[in-house]
Amino acid sequence: MSEQFTNLYPEYDVLDKWETPSWNEVTRSVVQKRLHEIPERRFFNEQQWLTLTAVCDRIIPQPERSQPVPIAPWIDARLFKGQGTGTRYASLPPEQESWRRGMDAIEAEAQHRYRRSFHRLDRVEQDRLLRSMDNNEVEAAAWQDLPSKSFFRHVVLRAVVEIYYAHPAAWSEIGFGGPASPRGYVRLDANRRDQWEAIEQKPAAAQRLYPK
Amino acid sequence: MSNPETDLRATNGRAPDVFRRGAWVPMREYSDDEEVDFAVVGTGAGGGTLAARLAEHGFKVVALDAGPFWRPLEDFASDEKEQNKLYWLQDRISGGQHPIEFGANNSGRSVGGSTVHFQMVALRWRPEWFAARSKLGYGRDWPIDWREIWRYYAEAEDALKISGPISYPWGPPRGRYPYRAHEINAAGLVLAKGAEALGVKWAAVPLSTLSAPRGKAPPCVYRGFCKVGCSTNAKQSVLNTFIPRALAAGAEIRDLATVSQIEMGSGGRATGLVYHRQGQWRRQRARHVVVSGYAIETPRLLLNSATAQQPQGLANSSGMVGKCLMTHANHAVWGVMEDEIRWYKGPPSMTVCEHWNYEDRGKDFHGGYAFMSQGPLPADHAKALVSNTGMFGMQLRQHMALYNHMAGLKIVGEVEPHENNRIELSDQTDELGIPLPRITFSFSENDQRLYKHSLQFMRRALESAGASNLIETASTAHLMGTCRMGTSASDSVTNADGRTWDIPNLWICDGSLFPTCGGVNPSMTIYALALRAADRIKALAGRGEL
Repeated sequence: MSEQFTNLYPEYDVLDKWETPSWNEVTRSVVQKRLHEIPERRFFNEQQWLTLTAVCDRIIPQPERSQPVPIAPWIDARLFKGQGTGTRYASLPPEQESWRRGMDAIEAEAQHRYRRSFHRLDRVEQDRLLRSMDNNEVEAAAWQDLPSKSFFRHVVLRAVVEIYYAHPAAWSEIGFGGPASPRGYVRLDANRRDQWEAIEQKPAAAQRLYPK
Repeated sequence: MSNPETDLRATNGRAPDVFRRGAWVPMREYSDDEEVDFAVVGTGAGGGTLAARLAEHGFKVVALDAGPFWRPLEDFASDEKEQNKLYWLQDRISGGQHPIEFGANNSGRSVGGSTVHFQMVALRWRPEWFAARSKLGYGRDWPIDWREIWRYYAEAEDALKISGPISYPWGPPRGRYPYRAHEINAAGLVLAKGAEALGVKWAAVPLSTLSAPRGKAPPCVYRGFCKVGCSTNAKQSVLNTFIPRALAAGAEIRDLATVSQIEMGSGGRATGLVYHRQGQWRRQRARHVVVSGYAIETPRLLLNSATAQQPQGLANSSGMVGKCLMTHANHAVWGVMEDEIRWYKGPPSMTVCEHWNYEDRGKDFHGGYAFMSQGPLPADHAKALVSNTGMFGMQLRQHMALYNHMAGLKIVGEVEPHENNRIELSDQTDELGIPLPRITFSFSENDQRLYKHSLQFMRRALESAGASNLIETASTAHLMGTCRMGTSASDSVTNADGRTWDIPNLWICDGSLFPTCGGVNPSMTIYALALRAADRIKALAGRGEL
């Protein structure tokens, strides 16, 4: 599968609205920190960190960016602070423990299958391994009482996309209006946009991404 | 500026004025040793509303909330991640065959409760649901006649200035909504098109956000961040409606106050609360205690207050405290439209179809469901997508790039009350030493038939509206039951007023009271129960029966 990303909104950067009435003080301060204060690794050990970074790269590949949106540092930071999500699945260990054991198990699975570290596998091998987690088809002993599918979907995937789609670069690439306070929107009809919304390159997205 | 998550705001005789930056309103305060008339635990649609009305009826009221006292104009960012601060993020251990997702999905931790982040859908119940067992043959009957609740719906709608359509197509005639309906966004019109193609009615959703100015609150500007907190005050939440009323009427609101136990006296009556605030354990004395913590925290508190006389937890002689937890099935179908929909504009749900709440013919299940148009923010939608499909990689990024062309339909589907669906105390504790709740939930066979029916119907509706690339997701929304009201002490926790059968000065006022859960969002019914409870308490006091 191709690793190119088709950007439907190449002219649009949500950050261009920084000084407009769509962005208020509190939002600017929150996003400023997200853009510039990337936390250091404090929760995972070095090996787990390499694995996590490689996992994030496969869940959200960003080949077109010289500076990819950072994801692993924010997962590490949240776990270090012990901030939960409100849900501890009874079938999984507590969240911090799930993450540590999960990264170890992914590494063990890579060693078991390929005699190499996960972060050293090529992307086809990495994807295959992640897919087998999602199919509950993992073999390493390290998975014992850590159901790989639940861990992958409810813990890993959710955490990764929550962080990626909180970044202005992600808002821009999907044409999302982004922050909108105090100014919201006026035109609510289909195919109508306010002048501060993204312009989509034609032909329309659906035709370009899913040609009939 | 002080940090509202660690520093008190409602203290020293004043509380935040949510309508003016940096401003305050005076607040009456009570000492811990003063026996107030009512100590209310929780300030959401149940507790906040009741506190306001009891104070307006002349009672001395203290209402405690574990969460911060937000100033929406200053504290709320247009940002999903930052606004996680509105949710109850403490661990809840979630098991059963279909574990419920908590946190952002259903539980608030704020003065104003979950109404600070709810989606503002303000629907009434179908009248027959209040007598589901005798009229429809399933579930249980409520101990209150539907007409009485419908009178309180009208009162709650006026208190919140609900914006709604001139005529609502289902159920008995109702009066005009206080404010006009909002203009419907493109996502809402997709539902309309699908419904018309299938020959069923649709309507603008009655919404708790202003379509015209009200006092110091402006009309909605359709910024679309409703689910992570309204930064303009257009949303009519408890925080900017009943809480200001409560303060004006002389109630005290205590922010960042976590109640761990209800204290019992020797005479079988509650004497007050044990709570934690600013690093100190304290005790508030009260003539009456009201628990309004929503369907997990309310039973958690009753169970954690067990005494030698009531070892199974307070008010639990029936064994029903924590039992019959209900949530709504929240299954959805998503598709891709040729048109640019840009569903992020406007409230997330602007149109509704309640056909299958009012039509019983042709169903292979008991109960009903409404379905509504959707407009999730990016991370919210991405999370639903990945946890349901396992999609990842460039396929995921590319699919999300269709965000502006997406439309979706999602149900609020009734689930049956089952004793196996429950909350108990686990042997693990939180940072204050209070046992964490353990929740068990599984959809019944009937529940599953219901949501399968809905998925099929919504697929047809979306396809008729022109959507392609359909994806289904499963989820839940809302929490109800666990301290149900009833007519008998043997199989319910409270009477129709929310007064517990076992302890005459212990009351419950929130969604825990629901014996059944209907097929619409619960907030208006919680408001109605709270307004009714306040009037009942006033009447009982007048007769010397408090």
